[in-house]
Amino acid sequence: MKAVVNVYLKNGVLDPQGKATHHALESMSFTGVNDVRIGKQIILQLQSEDKEQALIEVKEMCEALLANTVIEDYDIEIK
Amino acid sequence: MKIAVLRFPGTNCEFDAQYAFEKLGYTTQLIWHKEEIIPKDTDLVVIPGGFSYGDYLRSGSIAQFSPVMKAVVSYANRGGKVLGICNGFQILTEIGLLPGALKRNNNLHFISKIQKIKVINSNNTFLSKCHKNEILNIPIAHADGNYYIDDQGLKELEANKQILLRYCDESGNRVVVNGSVTSIAGICNKEKNVFGLMPHPERALEALLGSSDGVKMLQGFEQ
Repeated sequence: MKAVVNVYLKNGVLDPQGKATHHALESMSFTGVNDVRIGKQIILQLQSEDKEQALIEVKEMCEALLANTVIEDYDIEIK
Repeated sequence: MKIAVLRFPGTNCEFDAQYAFEKLGYTTQLIWHKEEIIPKDTDLVVIPGGFSYGDYLRSGSIAQFSPVMKAVVSYANRGGKVLGICNGFQILTEIGLLPGALKRNNNLHFISKIQKIKVINSNNTFLSKCHKNEILNIPIAHADGNYYIDDQGLKELEANKQILLRYCDESGNRVVVNGSVTSIAGICNKEKNVFGLMPHPERALEALLGSSDGVKMLQGFEQ
């Protein structure tokens, strides 16, 4: 089983990389973009075959290491 | 005074820290991150700057799980003094010994220069030899020094006099250097035994090399 974790800065926490990229898109005449947020994707190959158990474990991993919940939110997709 | 200087893979300011404290007449010992105990009679643990574990995932995020950090947490919880400089500050926020977090600088640049910083609170061991509102010249060198804390957390820092240093200009007015909340450059915990700052006092020992203001900062621990 595979877990895909997306980690990104919380709403309200300024994302300087997203802002710089937004400016670059605008300077390239892509004017239809309202906002850009940049995060990271962490892909985990899991031994578990139990989807619910896997979700619990990956959530623990996110809280302990994969995300810094002071500034970041995350979502988990189990495939 | 006996000082333990921690060393992780990727730490690069451990010898500067050792040099600085030994120049001031203290005894230092390097502690490899796999050690599980802090040497007996240690008066201060220093977590120096650098790029522990290559800054992978987030600065300081992997180092917090090194065996030595468990010992540092129990040392700090027993009232032991801990000083985190630059990457050391990042590690201390990641492990939760200090509140808040350090984000990428708002201009996305690695900033390396001598910066003026203002002493906000000196009623603590670290800054005991400095005066409140004193302006110091101390080098900074970081990419992830943008201190973030939410409004509630900021109020607590202010109420408990935990804000140690802020970036400023020559008149002492706050300046935006890296995007830090209210220009914060350094903080301590509520109990005032764990200190973290982005500037490098160990690099400011000789007026000939730009500034000697680091001396009185590091001497603060001698009480």
